[in-house]
Amino acid sequence: MSFLEYAPAPESTAILNLRETYGLFIDGEFVDGRGEPFATISPATEKRIAEVATANAADVDRAVAAARRAYDRTWSTMSGADRGKYLFRIARLIQERSRELAVAESLDNGKPIKETRDVDIPLVAAWFFYYAGWADKLEYAGLGANPRALGVAAQVIPWNFPLLMLAWKIAPALAAGNTVVLKPAETTPLTALLFAEICQQADLPAGVVNIITGAGETGRALVSHDDVDKVAFTGSTPVGREIARAAAGTGKKLTLELGGKGANIVFEDAAMDQAVEGIVSGIFFNQGHVCCAGSRLLVQENVHDEVVDRLKTRLSTLRLGDPLDKNTDIGAINSREQLDRIRALSDIGEQEGGDRWTAACEIPSSGYWFAPTIFTNVSTSHRIARDEIFGPVLSVLTFRTPEEAVAKANNTPYGLSAGIWTEKASRMLALADRLRVGVVWANTFNKFDPASPFGGYKESGYGREGGRHGLAAYLEASGWQPPAASAGASTRSVRGRSAQKTRKAVSK
Amino acid sequence: MTIDHPVALAPADRAVRLLGGDLTEKALRLHLDGLAGVDAVGLEARAADLATRSIKTSSKAWALDTIIRTCDLTTLEGADTPGKVRSLVAKAVMPDPSDPSCPRVAAVCVYGDMVPYAVEALGAHHGDPEKGLVSVAAVATAFPSGRASLAIKLADTREAVAAGADEIDMVIDRGAFLSGRYGLVFDQIVAVKEACRRADGSYAHLKVILETGELQTYDNVRRASWLAILAGADFIKTSTGKVSPAATLPVTLLMLEVIRDWHRLTGETIGMKPAGGIRASKDAVRYLVTVAETVGEQWLTPHLWRFGASSLVNDVLLQRQKMTTGHYSGPDYVTVD
Repeated sequence: MSFLEYAPAPESTAILNLRETYGLFIDGEFVDGRGEPFATISPATEKRIAEVATANAADVDRAVAAARRAYDRTWSTMSGADRGKYLFRIARLIQERSRELAVAESLDNGKPIKETRDVDIPLVAAWFFYYAGWADKLEYAGLGANPRALGVAAQVIPWNFPLLMLAWKIAPALAAGNTVVLKPAETTPLTALLFAEICQQADLPAGVVNIITGAGETGRALVSHDDVDKVAFTGSTPVGREIARAAAGTGKKLTLELGGKGANIVFEDAAMDQAVEGIVSGIFFNQGHVCCAGSRLLVQENVHDEVVDRLKTRLSTLRLGDPLDKNTDIGAINSREQLDRIRALSDIGEQEGGDRWTAACEIPSSGYWFAPTIFTNVSTSHRIARDEIFGPVLSVLTFRTPEEAVAKANNTPYGLSAGIWTEKASRMLALADRLRVGVVWANTFNKFDPASPFGGYKESGYGREGGRHGLAAYLEASGWQPPAASAGASTRSVRGRSAQKTRKAVSK
Repeated sequence: MTIDHPVALAPADRAVRLLGGDLTEKALRLHLDGLAGVDAVGLEARAADLATRSIKTSSKAWALDTIIRTCDLTTLEGADTPGKVRSLVAKAVMPDPSDPSCPRVAAVCVYGDMVPYAVEALGAHHGDPEKGLVSVAAVATAFPSGRASLAIKLADTREAVAAGADEIDMVIDRGAFLSGRYGLVFDQIVAVKEACRRADGSYAHLKVILETGELQTYDNVRRASWLAILAGADFIKTSTGKVSPAATLPVTLLMLEVIRDWHRLTGETIGMKPAGGIRASKDAVRYLVTVAETVGEQWLTPHLWRFGASSLVNDVLLQRQKMTTGHYSGPDYVTVD
């Protein structure tokens, strides 16, 4: 027998206690949706997991109204310290239920359990812990004293990191004093619904978090709702454009985190084995369903053959299969629709003259799968070098000088992420300054931290999530000045109360 | 760093092939200094990732047997006696008296003066571990510090080989390496290799101990690995076990990457031996995963892979018994040696 055919090591699903059907989570409880319910399936097996409600326009109305009530009556009048307590409680509950959440996420999304267990869920908890700490320190958010919450936030998130994107949206919004209505993607609603249970478990006041499920129509109704003060969206650039148009002229604040075509730049002097690892985690992490993926490998021409050769050897050790097996590196593609798109773009890559190489691996008979694929001989004019594929497909391009590396890296309508691999720190820093992207990783890739702002240039969107900037996106300056004469310990409580009054006066 | 007049190095086939016929210290230095750097964070992250592999059921059973089959059961104490060595040999030949299906270890590893006792105690069981027999490995060259004249190191080696050692575990001169005298280190390895030559013209296998805990940086470990291989090492080995840290998973991964690169370049296979600090089966299994996913599972054979350990075998035996009986026994169900 071959040792490398590791015996199956499946994570048990016994820990999950799922319901047959899930309603909408509005005003602290699950209620029926008035739209046509839909099934959420496991992309690895195409088996149904649960039935989920669809929110129609009336349901959206109801959810926004609940959020407004909770904002006016509870959340906006509560002290920051108390809001923080709820967020800390949620963070701890996420840690306590981390295994359950990891299994649910792998089941619903198709990503490997080792990623949900070691990356997604720990980051989710970290995000809530981080923003819990901010809740009573808003005056340091960079907007002057006593910044105000915006009100009701409408949040629409994608399917690639379902619970993590929820945390990126909900944690800062709540810390800043907003209430939210969130819509998870229609292919991955499961962990958001488990999160609703966690809100109940944490005794979060009713209506502070509302979770409504459904497809594009539901999302459209939510972001264009009149009583929404803030819209936050992560997803594709076309949908982002549509949302920007709908929000134009309404006074709604908007943050968009959209597509990307990240360049991973490898210089001849890079630590080669680690660079190869970085290329792998840059594009094959989460099946390449990562907006900041390093989907364009820019490699210095004189080491191109060596890098590609080593990369192929390494990719041959990746294990594709059951997402719940602890040894799986590459899970399932999230949906039939996405698989079709990856296949179509890969075929175009071949037609345009790219050399396609695919790791030899057995593809399971049911479910949606795409083996890790590299295109060499790709030039900047090819569609696979320009369009976001959002799958495990890497396009390899070459450059000759640092100057050319910068020019090629920036030559894209997107501007979300880039990676630099060199042992020469001066070159690394000089290059980072000139890349028109929101995140530059140096000698690493796809590393996330709640304290670090994340966001894009150009068609990758605007606004930042994470860190102080991510908090500020849910606040506005109050223009309030501290009384010149006041001093001493009593000032603090007076200031707190007057801030609450100001907030109330402004809210609708 | 200034370079003295080109000094010719002792002839070593591999180095001549790679660096050219007029082998000089300068050529060696240029090669070693020109190696790609190692990113410590990335290396450790990769090792941590490999350590998350979940090895269960049939894979675990195979892994446990492989750990025993590739183990150099070791005693390297000032207090070693003929009796202690005989006891170690008995354990090597029959690791688990309660289970005759348990494989033998690859070798016993002792100080040079203990080799005759080990050879005598092994008797008919002495031989090639690939054939189910047990080899004798001797540490030599003023182990563990290596602080002695070359003449003494060579005498140490010759004596062990003459007494019947099949494998010599030598230490490099870390002082010379850290002060940049790569040529000196190189020449000594070449000379020790020559001292491994037996009367019949065959050679005892040479394992070169880098003592990575003293080299400190991963860049140094990579250079020293290349240097040892170029000078003729059959195996490269992490540590003496007398310096902390001894073997670690990242260091072993890095040395395996050098072995893989050498194989890619020349087709030659070099062995790897992590030694010291590996006590639990769980850790040892992680090393096997690292070997299989870095150089390939064909390396998991006694000719190319060894664990240097004294207490590891007993933990593996406990795990092995658990797999057969379904429950954990205790330390009194494995033998002390």
